[in-house]
Amino acid sequence: MIRARTFTDARAQAHSNAELNWWIFMRISGLILVFLVLGHIYMTFIQVSESDATYTAVVAKLQNPAWKFYDWTILALTMLHGVNGARYSIEDYVRSRPNRAWVKTIFYTISAVIFTLGTVGLFSI
Amino acid sequence: MAEQHIPKNTHTTPPMRVKVKILRYNPETDKKPHWETYPVEAQPSDRVLDVLNYIKWYVEPSLTFRRSCGHGICGSDAMMIAGRNRLACKALLRDVVKDGGTLTIEPIRGLKVEKDLLTDMEPFFDAYKAIMPYFINESPPPAGERLQSPEQAERMAHSSNCILCACCTTSCPIFWVNGSYLGPAAIVQAHRFIFDSRDEATNQRLNIMNQNTGVWRCRTAYNCTEACPRDIPITTIIEEVKRAVMYQQS
Repeated sequence: MIRARTFTDARAQAHSNAELNWWIFMRISGLILVFLVLGHIYMTFIQVSESDATYTAVVAKLQNPAWKFYDWTILALTMLHGVNGARYSIEDYVRSRPNRAWVKTIFYTISAVIFTLGTVGLFSI
Repeated sequence: MAEQHIPKNTHTTPPMRVKVKILRYNPETDKKPHWETYPVEAQPSDRVLDVLNYIKWYVEPSLTFRRSCGHGICGSDAMMIAGRNRLACKALLRDVVKDGGTLTIEPIRGLKVEKDLLTDMEPFFDAYKAIMPYFINESPPPAGERLQSPEQAERMAHSSNCILCACCTTSCPIFWVNGSYLGPAAIVQAHRFIFDSRDEATNQRLNIMNQNTGVWRCRTAYNCTEACPRDIPITTIIEEVKRAVMYQQS
């Protein structure tokens, strides 16, 4: 096997199981999300009509910690699943190293803000 | 004289007229590749390779492309024919173009074009070499052969069909943009040794597959499976290698 001569080569040859773990995570979270989101759609649009989904009704429902947890699980899993999927695309298609760093930094920052806002919004009700 | 024995009515199908549109590039004179069209009259049962040979031998001698055996085994004449990676020697004219239509032929993508349909295959074979494509077994050989059961042979039956034509790797969107990805062909070759019951370097090869440039770059676009002229279920094979890495690491 060729020994790495540069830092780039060394990084390419080093293997951590990070990508393996993300791959497993994508499969499991995807499967869970199918059921969580289908349930969410059912409860929001089929079980009650859209006009019934008022602010007070939603607040009343979210008083129950179980529903808080349900919604927060959707939030966390979709954010992680979606951000990781976008990371795959960024790493595949943004080939310039400085650009990739910038794109990822901005993207992760925005995602973190969205996640924080969602969490704060959910638990401050 | 051979042709005296051929009955006249062999050519029951009338010849077809097609315009063969080839993406040509001469590094000494051209800055960019350009299309050139050659009108050709051929039998529907002719192969695309026959048409290319006709153009090279009788119309445009400077046309450059690789071909060797002409029977779908050497894997030299992979090119993008009618928008899909195929072997020119396995694609029949009637399957890729209608009478009076235009047949486009381009070099395979993702590799540097050296001239016309000829690409630099070095990056492709570098990836192939990286997976240690040779039998490794340090234990002393038995008196006879190293035997495999039919089931064990079946395990690697598909992946050992690969002829390294690069149809799959050069149809992979990840390989187009990211040259450091090993590519489907190298993973199929790795699969051939990983699932060979007689080979002993399984762990080493799985470690290579687990690297940044290995199987985790595959996004299951399925282009490789569609392109393979040997009908290898490549995406399935890559998924099998992913699973093998997972079980090895757990």
